[in-house]
Amino acid sequence: MSTIERLRPSEPRTPVSPQLALRVAVLGGVALVMFGIIFFRLWYLQVLTGEQYVQQANANRLRPLAIPAPRGQIFDRVGQPIVSSRTTNAVQITPSALPPRGAPRIELYRRLGHLLGMSPRHIQALVAKSRAAVPYAPVTIKTAAGREVLTVLAERQNEFPGVSQQPVSIRAYPYGEMAAHVLGHVGQISVEELKQSAFRGVTQGTVVGQEGVEFYYDRYLRGKPGAQRVEVNAQGEAVPARLPVTQPKAGYSLKLTLDLGLQREGEAALVQGIGLANANGNPADAGAFVALDPRNGQVLAMGSYPSFNPNKFARPLTEGEYEALVGEHHHHPIPGVPPPLEDRAVSGGYPTGSTFKPITAMAALEAGVLSPGEALGGGQCIHVSTEQFCNAGKADYGALDLVNALRVSSDTYFFEVGERSNSHGEIIQHEARALGVGEKTGIDLPEELTGTVPDRAWREEVAREERSCEHRKHVASCGISDGRPWSVGDDMHLAVGQGDLLTSPLQMAVAYSTLANAFTHQGEGTVVTPHLGLEIDDSQGGLVRTLGATSKRHVHLNYSDLSLVMEGIHDATSQPGGTSADVWSGWNQAQHPVYGKTGTAEHQGQSDQSWYMCYIADPTRPIVIAVTIERGGFGDQAAAPAARLMASEWFGQAKKLVHGGNKSF
Amino acid sequence: MPLSPIQAPEEAPATSGGPLRLPFDPLLILAVVGLAVCSVVTLSSATRDLVPGQPRYYVDRQAVYLFVGVLLMAALSRIDYSHLRQFKRAIYALLMFSILAVLGLGHTARGSQRAISLPFFSFQASELGKVFLIVALAAFVVDRARYLREWDTTVRVMVAALVPAFFVIAQPDLGSGMVYMVIAMTLLFVAGTSWKQLSALIALGAVSLAVVLAGAPAMGVHVLKPYQVARLTAFLHPTTNAQKEGYQQEEAKIAIGSGQKTGRGAGATQVPLGYVPESHTDFVFAAVGEQYGFVGAALVLSLYALLIWRALRILTMSKDLFGSLVAGGVAAMLMFQVFVNVGMAIGIMPITGVTLPLMSYGGSSVITTLLAVGLLQSIYVQARASEALKGRVPLH
Repeated sequence: MSTIERLRPSEPRTPVSPQLALRVAVLGGVALVMFGIIFFRLWYLQVLTGEQYVQQANANRLRPLAIPAPRGQIFDRVGQPIVSSRTTNAVQITPSALPPRGAPRIELYRRLGHLLGMSPRHIQALVAKSRAAVPYAPVTIKTAAGREVLTVLAERQNEFPGVSQQPVSIRAYPYGEMAAHVLGHVGQISVEELKQSAFRGVTQGTVVGQEGVEFYYDRYLRGKPGAQRVEVNAQGEAVPARLPVTQPKAGYSLKLTLDLGLQREGEAALVQGIGLANANGNPADAGAFVALDPRNGQVLAMGSYPSFNPNKFARPLTEGEYEALVGEHHHHPIPGVPPPLEDRAVSGGYPTGSTFKPITAMAALEAGVLSPGEALGGGQCIHVSTEQFCNAGKADYGALDLVNALRVSSDTYFFEVGERSNSHGEIIQHEARALGVGEKTGIDLPEELTGTVPDRAWREEVAREERSCEHRKHVASCGISDGRPWSVGDDMHLAVGQGDLLTSPLQMAVAYSTLANAFTHQGEGTVVTPHLGLEIDDSQGGLVRTLGATSKRHVHLNYSDLSLVMEGIHDATSQPGGTSADVWSGWNQAQHPVYGKTGTAEHQGQSDQSWYMCYIADPTRPIVIAVTIERGGFGDQAAAPAARLMASEWFGQAKKLVHGGNKSF
Repeated sequence: MPLSPIQAPEEAPATSGGPLRLPFDPLLILAVVGLAVCSVVTLSSATRDLVPGQPRYYVDRQAVYLFVGVLLMAALSRIDYSHLRQFKRAIYALLMFSILAVLGLGHTARGSQRAISLPFFSFQASELGKVFLIVALAAFVVDRARYLREWDTTVRVMVAALVPAFFVIAQPDLGSGMVYMVIAMTLLFVAGTSWKQLSALIALGAVSLAVVLAGAPAMGVHVLKPYQVARLTAFLHPTTNAQKEGYQQEEAKIAIGSGQKTGRGAGATQVPLGYVPESHTDFVFAAVGEQYGFVGAALVLSLYALLIWRALRILTMSKDLFGSLVAGGVAAMLMFQVFVNVGMAIGIMPITGVTLPLMSYGGSSVITTLLAVGLLQSIYVQARASEALKGRVPLH
């Protein structure tokens, strides 16, 4: 038996009591259930929902780190750089690669501080601050460290563990204050901007355009930031890992319609015009100029004085610096100090003085209330009811026809036109608006003036506002309106560009462009949309798209009437007694006939504002120039000479600053 | 020559050409060696960056612990476990002494006093105490075998376990304390205590747990430290605690889930980058799950199943009640630790700080488990010897 058992071994048959067998079976059953639960749970976690946990694990360890894209350059119309992005090496610290806390790290900060000219404490503070914000990102210690420092760091890398160099892009405006209002500046995107649709897809910390074309064309200029993913451990420290990097896509470059030479000359001429005004005893301190191509609205030059240096915005401004830019002191405007940030060419709202007269003339002629040969405006003053309306310096030009009235800028003539127009409805207002005054021009800038061409409805509207304001605030007057109804005097003031008229140099340039291109097209005028963008190119120079708005609308002007108006303002620049004939003395009128009108806008309690508007004909390079100088005196004395300097630059003529002596409005 | 049934059985093996008889249970060895290999392999990648500059710090130490433990296991398997029965008082005294010594002069590790530092390594008395308790309680139960139906026996056994459990929980080492209670109840269960008394014990345990977790804190008595209560209840609401107590468990779950079917291997991130705390000790199963996926986890669990099956099998093979009770205690210890530890890692059990036998890094845990396996081996060897004397050869 035992042999058989030995040869055919069987399971041992220990005397297990039924009770023990049951209890062991229960234990085994518990174990079975236990393993069943664990296996089921594992199957659920790893096989059924595993993908979701892979994503969670990746979200745990991978942190995106944006690589800023180089911002596109900005060129003038022929491709000369105006704004560029300078690449420099920034000194950075990678916190996870630093030596251990305590003495070795402090020693490193001391050495680095010595090299960079910074205090070790400052470096430590920078690292601590940045780690708190973005724990895994390298900390920029200094952006422009200089070549020598960078060389030292590169050569003695082992002495500076955790310190590295990273190319960074810095916006550079090499011409400083030139065209600052047009170009704008850049800065980190603000919390408000992040919510705007214009910045959709832009991440926090990205540098975007803040004003001017930098803002308007930001979506082309900003490019697409690259993405680097950093693997971090549970302590939030970056660990070295080879992860794919998406390279940033450089922004497109923007070619502007600006002519660099004309722009620089315009800025200089404006300063010289202000100088002339100051020499005449006028406290001129601000002004603006616009040069348009009247055929298509391309802005050839545009500037505002005083200006600012956009390079200042490369780092955050101090409170004082910001207040200086907006002309404030402790949140209160400083009286008599023009704020540099204000763009007077686009957003400045002014009466225009006599530069408005060609519009009045066209309106009256078109409406048939004036015949060109009619002699009007004799005497020093015009009397309407109890008011009297006089020429500048109580001059008496005698009764003149239209052409001569424009040549000498007879106010009495235009007061009579205004009085007569008023009895025929709002014909001046209608014409002004048709030509482009009192409405947004549509220029490619973030802000511009709407302006006001006053009429009966506008008067009622402001009177209503005044009443509700007085009622709301319980004051005697809010200063919005004196509450009087529209009167003939309003139209007479408007006829000479005074009264409640508010328009910008840019709007006037559009109106003169309309006159100019109607004049060259037998009365078929185009109201152009002024624009600064010419084309968008990629970083290799390939054309991405051309910019330029379609013209707003067409106007039909009676060509013979228009010719008379143009003759009048041409005589003003070329004939004896013409308001700007002195300024244009020596100009080759045969080659480049000038159609120009001075303006002197009166402001209560202030020196007069000097205006000059002109159109200079040329088969290929026609130009409309608008210049205004606040507190600059007569148009002929400050603005017109500046316009001539710009024209000389544009047509390659010898520059000649001529001080006009005409004292008409 | 006809063979006589009364022929001396001890001669038979020597003369027969029967299968090779090993002086140990080969399946038990397979499970132990398999788990030891899994432990070393898992730890070698999971602990690579834990000690800067010493990628093999934990692996080398674990290998030494395993080696020492296997030697102790082999030595123990050569001793007849039944001799231990007579030293039950000394063993119980040693258990109490070591636990109280830890309270008195132990050093504090992460807020709890568990270990005594010896010249070579510090050992956790509560771990080693599990084996002492199994042997001492089993001997005690055998002595009272005739009085098993009496409440008196049940109460005495439970008190004998509760006293060390109380001091262990006070260290505080809640997990080991619970293991002590489970061991005591399993011994009573295997010995044959009536279902009524066992049911009453379970009910009492449930009530006291409710009092400790909810009742007493509400009255201002804190039996457990607040962090223990928070850990114990965190698994019930994982998402609300994702930043606090539930964090470890949530990260462990992510690690295991992300392992998917075959694991992330070298692409693992949760454990190597330190998102799972204690991934070499309490949460080592998360490291297995992430790196080797469902396949790896299932392999490890299969080895535990093998281990537990052998323990239960040896229970039934044992030549005497003492051996059965010791094997039952070891089986209970292993089952409880595996289920609580793995359940904790996969988010179905509370965090109690119970190690995963043989897998978790740590000398005390490894050596305790291997001593327990040594006892199983000894029971197996003695059972076979006894069967051989009766002419029966237990093989498996």
